[in-house]
Amino acid sequence: MIWRVIRQIGKTGICTEPAPDIGEAAQAEVARIQTELLTILGQALTIREVDAGSCNGCELEINALGNPYYNLEGLGIKFVASPRHADMLLVTGPVSRNMETALKRTFDATPQPRLVVAVGDCGCDGGIFGESYATCGRVANVIPVDEVVPGCPPAPIDILRGILKAVRRRVRV
Amino acid sequence: MQIPGLEIAQVALSAPVPIWHAHVTAVQWQTAAAAVRNAGGRLVALWAGPMDNVDGSGGSGLPPEAACICAVYGTLEGALWLSLPLAREDAGLVYPDVSAVFPAASRMQRAAAELSGVRAQGAGDTRPWLDHGAWPDGYYPLQQNPGQLPVPQPADLINYPFVRVEGDGVHEIAVGPVHAGIIEPGHFRFSVVGEKVLRLEQRLGYTHKGTEQRMTQLPPLQAARLAGRVSGDSTVAYAWAYCMALESATQTTIPARATWLRAIMLERERIANHLGDLGALGNDAAFAFGLAQFSRLREDWLRGSMRAFGHRLMMDCVVPGGVNADLQPEQIGPLMQLCDGVEKEVHALFAIYEAHPGLQDRFLTTGRVTPALASRLGLTGLAGRASSQTWDLRCDHPWVPYSELQVVMATHNNGDVAARVLVRFEEIFESMRLIRRMLSDMPAGAVHCDVVFPHEAVRGAGWVEGWRGELFVALELAGADQGNRIRRCHLHDPSWQNWPVLEHAIMGNIVPDFPLINKSFNLSYSGHDL
Repeated sequence: MIWRVIRQIGKTGICTEPAPDIGEAAQAEVARIQTELLTILGQALTIREVDAGSCNGCELEINALGNPYYNLEGLGIKFVASPRHADMLLVTGPVSRNMETALKRTFDATPQPRLVVAVGDCGCDGGIFGESYATCGRVANVIPVDEVVPGCPPAPIDILRGILKAVRRRVRV
Repeated sequence: MQIPGLEIAQVALSAPVPIWHAHVTAVQWQTAAAAVRNAGGRLVALWAGPMDNVDGSGGSGLPPEAACICAVYGTLEGALWLSLPLAREDAGLVYPDVSAVFPAASRMQRAAAELSGVRAQGAGDTRPWLDHGAWPDGYYPLQQNPGQLPVPQPADLINYPFVRVEGDGVHEIAVGPVHAGIIEPGHFRFSVVGEKVLRLEQRLGYTHKGTEQRMTQLPPLQAARLAGRVSGDSTVAYAWAYCMALESATQTTIPARATWLRAIMLERERIANHLGDLGALGNDAAFAFGLAQFSRLREDWLRGSMRAFGHRLMMDCVVPGGVNADLQPEQIGPLMQLCDGVEKEVHALFAIYEAHPGLQDRFLTTGRVTPALASRLGLTGLAGRASSQTWDLRCDHPWVPYSELQVVMATHNNGDVAARVLVRFEEIFESMRLIRRMLSDMPAGAVHCDVVFPHEAVRGAGWVEGWRGELFVALELAGADQGNRIRRCHLHDPSWQNWPVLEHAIMGNIVPDFPLINKSFNLSYSGHDL
């Protein structure tokens, strides 16, 4: 049994791709951010994902960040189960009124300095759902947002770029 | 369509799958439920809306507070859509309960009560469902002018009356709405003794975004975008079901090549989701190798969709009148090769999953739904097929191109996690075969045609076998005098039927098996909460 597993692992090899260029700088910048992450936070970056009412499209692409191609954990970024363990909230969806309180409580439970990244068109501006009796629209209508990642849904690489940009912005402040 | 014991005048809708519509009286509404049950049929959907004005049965003369309750039943002959017009009586807008016959109707009736103010007379459970107290009392989103927002009120959350299990050593575990993983929000209340689950009660509705009200604010052609965002993992299936409903209402016959392309996308979506689930199921049984392997294959697959259709999840690729882009001849080869490559890997992983003692120990007999229970509760779709509920629209009512492909249905009897895993593997292999056939035999021609709106008010329906199960979209359009606006559009997800069955599947299992069982169903929150 175990030989079959090992053979499959060996056959697959390593398919991780380099981290994305986040704008003006290239790989060196990513390395610098990783160092800065450590200086600022004293640890790797931990993220609590909150679906505040999305259609699940953004979640699929956030999940994809964990696959061997993007290998998020290899960059020192990890999704955690509790906001109390998180440095950053990754929030998706137009915030439904039924999730408004839960999102605020999650935000309050996240220790400072906390970062918030709104992912997807709905999180950025309410998207096709807009504001209604049932939704509060964009994430920034409910909690302060540091960075937005537009797209419906944004590709994993864009989400990763948004995460890195949010951290860099905080580093510069 | 013949159902023994039910004599009503029916109109066949113009759609590629057999769907009939009929107006019924309250008495016929009740007889229909029992007759369908006796004939071995199932409840596909139930919803309420404003009084319909198709066939001149409604119209402008009707009091605005009138409403209409609708149900769709499925049998081997097709789907029967029943509309029961309701006039306000002393007791309000009431109709006879059907949850005693079809238990799955219970939550649908509770939702209809909140969205349209119609009540099921005789229903056992009348607790709120989608409304958590965030919108004003007496505001029925689907009965009112969507342009007028309700007066915002501070959101006082309802303290939901969960059923409490009493006894020595019984305690509760409350989970959610913000879950530990990267998944959608919902609340689970477990009553346990030690590790053993005595009862699970779900509370959903957290992602309710007023999708059905929003549908009525969008022009029919643009509403396809919103339909494709009801549940992101089923975007092709929803877009197709909505477009089928719109094309059925407007009597549009789309070019043959467009339906083949839609089917290629639908099967690609099925495989993408199954690959993701098989990886996650391995991971939930502490077999991280499975997650790494399947998530890699899923990524290869999504990148293939990106190259061929311009979007990783194929959102907005199915549009009213056809599809948004054609496949070029030079794209066929790479798509075939991707099928070959991924299928070979899935075969290797299938052999590993099947032979892995630790994995099989976690999968076998876990979260079991017996065929008898599945039939009684109306378990549907993929999970249903793993419990001998042999329904698959692609086989039961094959429309073009499925009518030329002889789809083989995957079914199992055990109804446990292992069976739901097996159904996924088999459906991947079958969908690979279908995609290859379609890529090579696809007819030439146009891939899009215009949708011409009629003068009068019309209705249409779409019925598609998505990866999770059957989706039903019911659409009522106003006449040209009102700009052919959408009067009501109901988008029904099979998760409505399957969520309550999950409460049964976990009983007697241990708490750490819940993620595994939950993932083996992988139900939609957004598609259910709307």
